[in-house]
Amino acid sequence: MIVGENVLAAIDALRANKLRAVLTTLGIIIGTAAVIAVVSIVQGLQFMITNQLEGVGSTYMQVFPDVGFNQGPGMVARPVELTWNDGLALRQQVPGIRLITPIIAGSKPTRFRDRRHTPDFVFGVSEDYPDVMNHTVDQGRFLSRIDVERRRKVAVVGSEVVEKLRLGQQPIGGEIYVGSLPVTVVGVMEEQGTTFGGNLDDLVIVPFDTALLLFGRDAGDQVQLRLHAANADAVPQVRDGIERVLRNRHGLEDGEPNDFTILLQDEILKSVGAILGGVTATVAAIVGIALLVGGIGIMNIMLVSVTERTREIGLRKSVGARRRDILAQFLVEAITLSLIGGAMGVAAGYGVGQLVAAVIPNWPQAHVPLWAVALAFGFCTLVGVGFGIYPASKAARLDPIEALRFE
Amino acid sequence: MSLIDIRGVEKVYEMGAETVRALDGVDIAIEAGEYIAIMGASGSGKSTLMNLLGCLDTPSAGHYQLDGVAVETLDDEALAHIRNHKIGFVFQTFNLLARTSAVKNVELPLIYSGTPRSQRRGRSFRALERVGLADRADHQPNELSGGQRQRVAIARALVNDPSILLADEPTGNLDSKTSEDIMALFDGLHASGNTVILVTHERDIAEHAWRVITLRDGKVLHDELTERGRAGQAGGGGGAAHAARPVVSPDASARPGAPA
Repeated sequence: MIVGENVLAAIDALRANKLRAVLTTLGIIIGTAAVIAVVSIVQGLQFMITNQLEGVGSTYMQVFPDVGFNQGPGMVARPVELTWNDGLALRQQVPGIRLITPIIAGSKPTRFRDRRHTPDFVFGVSEDYPDVMNHTVDQGRFLSRIDVERRRKVAVVGSEVVEKLRLGQQPIGGEIYVGSLPVTVVGVMEEQGTTFGGNLDDLVIVPFDTALLLFGRDAGDQVQLRLHAANADAVPQVRDGIERVLRNRHGLEDGEPNDFTILLQDEILKSVGAILGGVTATVAAIVGIALLVGGIGIMNIMLVSVTERTREIGLRKSVGARRRDILAQFLVEAITLSLIGGAMGVAAGYGVGQLVAAVIPNWPQAHVPLWAVALAFGFCTLVGVGFGIYPASKAARLDPIEALRFE
Repeated sequence: MSLIDIRGVEKVYEMGAETVRALDGVDIAIEAGEYIAIMGASGSGKSTLMNLLGCLDTPSAGHYQLDGVAVETLDDEALAHIRNHKIGFVFQTFNLLARTSAVKNVELPLIYSGTPRSQRRGRSFRALERVGLADRADHQPNELSGGQRQRVAIARALVNDPSILLADEPTGNLDSKTSEDIMALFDGLHASGNTVILVTHERDIAEHAWRVITLRDGKVLHDELTERGRAGQAGGGGGAAHAARPVVSPDASARPGAPA
């Protein structure tokens, strides 16, 4: 019998028991929805992080203080430091560093006249920040080297801050308070959108030393350094240079581990991928269980269906259906059931992904890749075949005489 | 050669420790165009004989030749093919697919014979015309009366132009008026050249046939022409060339139509 006939017969049979069909496939629906929701969210995250990292280019590097350093057994406790002075030393002593900025980040309320707003980020950086992070000013200017060296009380703000404080059409020259410190707005950053943990347009950027006035001296003991090598080929050499200079400055003996970590752009990409991959794999395992349960549900209802329709099977055999016709009919029905569940699950998962992205502030846009949809449907077909084959072969093996006599 | 040639057929069932000889050496020959009733009490073996005739089952011993094919040698798939092409079943309980229109029910055998979709609808419609139900083609079984449902079932049996129309108690679920209508339909189908075999335990239904084969304990008790059959043969009508003959002593016919 032609497959098309089987599909039509399967749809007819399922239509006769709509509620039962939906309840049966609930396991499949939930399993598929979970896959699609998680994949869409994880993919959205990965998409965003990757985009941002690729935006800064392959010469981008980060140096962190290794806070785990002084917790090792047998180590003499000593504070781990990574300071902007380290950064300045690197700029002078390591050939091949093109740009470098420290970043300290914190939160401070801001005020303009009677308007108050606490931005997501207050950054203290150097004049290289726009070029290091590929984030440029839209109006006015960025902090200059002199602003940074003279710890001037100036700031560059994001568009969200302009809006929230209602700085107006001409925000440049406005006097705002960051914490209790009055600063003059000299520029507005280009809009950039959201990232993990906040809106990048909801920020105030001040010179590094000015930030220390806000956050306190100690905040300067552990900074992140972000830099660019002159070109991609210089990256390994710059990395070695940073290691040498910092070990020397931190007085590390041979054999002592680094008290800092250097991350290259492709390493960051890899570690982000590894973390998100781990999340996906864990969820995939849970989803596997959901699909297994769903499959058992399908097998159960198919066995019921075969019993209910014993006389129909007997009749079909008496008018000339072969075993494989009956097998195909019930197998197609199981697969159809499973695929309907899959389709509903994909739709539900997509909806959940969009909802999460919409409801949680600053969460990236959900992104459902085609491969996830294909995978979901492929898996559902597999579940349909795997759990439909036993009921279908049971139907195919029925003795037509017994089947016709069945009450 | 006869259309149906059954020789020394036996059917033995193992029911637990017990061995049941449902058919115990049956010889029957049926020509194309005959109109036959198979009678017998419950347990006489008539259902088993019908299942064998309909190729739903194969004999334990003996030979069954249908239209030149030795059925006892066939496998499952070949039996399905024969049922599809040579047998048209009509059941006591109609066995129509629920929630499926009359014409789609009639189409079913054509689907399994691989008839192209373009031809199926037309042929099914013509089969419904033959049973006088063309105007109900789009009705579902629950919208039809019992007699109409049986007509749909007969149309389904006819749609693939089978060699034999095999009806198992076709009026068993119908009132007497509707039964007469259905039997008139079978009479007409026979008159137009179809081979019709009825399985029944009702004497007045069997009287419609030209020849009655009575079974008892798995053996043929009688095989004789009915009044109609004798009249028909005298008039040269029908295809019952086979001379019916009593097989066992006449006293065995004391309870020919015992209810099943």
